[in-house]
Amino acid sequence: MNGTVIATSGLRKAYGAVRAVDGIDLDVRAGDVYGFLGANGSGKTTTVRMLLGLVLPTAGTVEVLGRPIPKAGREVLPRVGALIEGPAAYPHLSASANLSLMDAAGPGGARRGRRQRIADVLDQVGLGGVGKRQVRGFSLGMRQRLGLAGALLRRPDLLILDEPTNGLDPQGIHEIRTLLLDLNRTGTTVFLSSHLLAEIEQLATRVGVLDRGRMVLQDDLATLTAPTGATVVRTPDPARAARELGDRVLSADGERLVVRGSEPAEVNAVLVGAGVPVSGLALDRPTLEDVVLAAAAGSGDRVAA
Amino acid sequence: MISVELRKLFRRPRTWITIALLNALPVLVAVLLKVTDLAPRPGEGPAFLSAVLTNGTLFPLAALAIVLPLFLPIAVAVVAGDAVAGEAQGGTLRYLLARPAGRTRLLVAKLVAIIAFVLVTVVIVAAVGYVVGTTLFEVQSLGATTGISGTSLTPEQVAGRTLLSIGYITVSMLGVAAFALFFSTLTDSPQLATLGALAVLIGSSLLFTLDAASDIAPYLPTRYWLSFVDFFRDPVLWRNITRGLGLQAVYVVVLLGAAWANFTTKDVTS
Repeated sequence: MNGTVIATSGLRKAYGAVRAVDGIDLDVRAGDVYGFLGANGSGKTTTVRMLLGLVLPTAGTVEVLGRPIPKAGREVLPRVGALIEGPAAYPHLSASANLSLMDAAGPGGARRGRRQRIADVLDQVGLGGVGKRQVRGFSLGMRQRLGLAGALLRRPDLLILDEPTNGLDPQGIHEIRTLLLDLNRTGTTVFLSSHLLAEIEQLATRVGVLDRGRMVLQDDLATLTAPTGATVVRTPDPARAARELGDRVLSADGERLVVRGSEPAEVNAVLVGAGVPVSGLALDRPTLEDVVLAAAAGSGDRVAA
Repeated sequence: MISVELRKLFRRPRTWITIALLNALPVLVAVLLKVTDLAPRPGEGPAFLSAVLTNGTLFPLAALAIVLPLFLPIAVAVVAGDAVAGEAQGGTLRYLLARPAGRTRLLVAKLVAIIAFVLVTVVIVAAVGYVVGTTLFEVQSLGATTGISGTSLTPEQVAGRTLLSIGYITVSMLGVAAFALFFSTLTDSPQLATLGALAVLIGSSLLFTLDAASDIAPYLPTRYWLSFVDFFRDPVLWRNITRGLGLQAVYVVVLLGAAWANFTTKDVTS
């Protein structure tokens, strides 16, 4: 699979005078793990719902897997697995009965082999032992896993997941992260909407940041967090280190100095040569948090229409 | 999609509890009649009840006449009001539509499931009525049953006309179902949708009794509900029956059109 998997152009959703989503151009490519970041109320969920044809755009276009949404939904959506704002299931039915009903409710889920697919996918998300149990008794984490199983049931080309690790414990989060990376390695494009920066930083290859309905940033994670050309030095004697390095020191914060120069070894040699103890050395990289806060803050003066 | 909706409906415990409750009242009435031997006089109380003491095979019709004014339409309003709004409230609507189930298909499947519910419920009420009626009361095994017009009906005629009545009562419920289904696409609260349909039902029943409303009486959804009694006149009095069918058809077409227009263009944010 090549090319663009999700493309929106000038996508807008207005509720009366409020523009929940205001002209965003998403560009998600095949093989990406795309992290869609934004504070609560920034328009993430509305965007996700427009990608799936649940909410109809006020203006702009949506293309998923190369076809227009909602027009070609019947053709495209069977190839998309989704987790939208938390899982949902019929409480009086078992986990596998829920999956079976959802699978039968639309095209692209052949009845032949359904039982096997359900068993496989329940194993995959770690619910193999409770497939026959009523969902009524499931914990939040188990429901989340069941929701994920529903998204994976037809081996989709694209996964659109809204807060997929919500309600999971640390082990569960790790397990799901590993599962998603495995799926991505075998060719599934993953669109991950979240407000958890750490989660996106660990998973995503590309990042889009939404702020009050507008896209303020969209780039490869590697580019965004590329080395700044400076080196971070930790030393128990920052005063002496600062003297030795002179005007190369860009900033100092306790035992942490940011020094101009993209060769940590060279900086180390200077300090060690002068007899300054060094306890840590690293290339200076902005964290995703730095990038996002800078981008969102940059739009703080923008007056929402 | 239709089979999915049928499975959902009939695998739900609530459906069977509703049907069981619906049967409780006619059974209670039958037991009371048997114990006290006090049937209402002809022309009083629910239709056919005066005749069941002497002919138990009429009890299915009496049972239907007992549940028809209130119990049955309430059950229909609950099921139909829950159809779309219940999925919205439970969060499953967004997954069904993203599956994609197709909005029109989903609405049609919901409608078919509601019709199936009405039919199954009416048939079960009639069947339970038959079993109760023939066990508790006398059965004129040979001879003929006296119809409402005073002439005789053979047992075959009674059976055939009972089946016709079952069909007619099912159709009569579709108006309520269409109201509830339409309201169900307007709100995310199944209770509100059911309440809306019940308001229509109660309003209609009330206006029907009001002389001042006699000009609009022919258009009230409940106007011809009890006309299934006319199947047991000799000859069958078709006038009100056909009017009843036509009236229900108009309500169903208009309300389903409105439900479809609303549901296929609405933002699903539940």
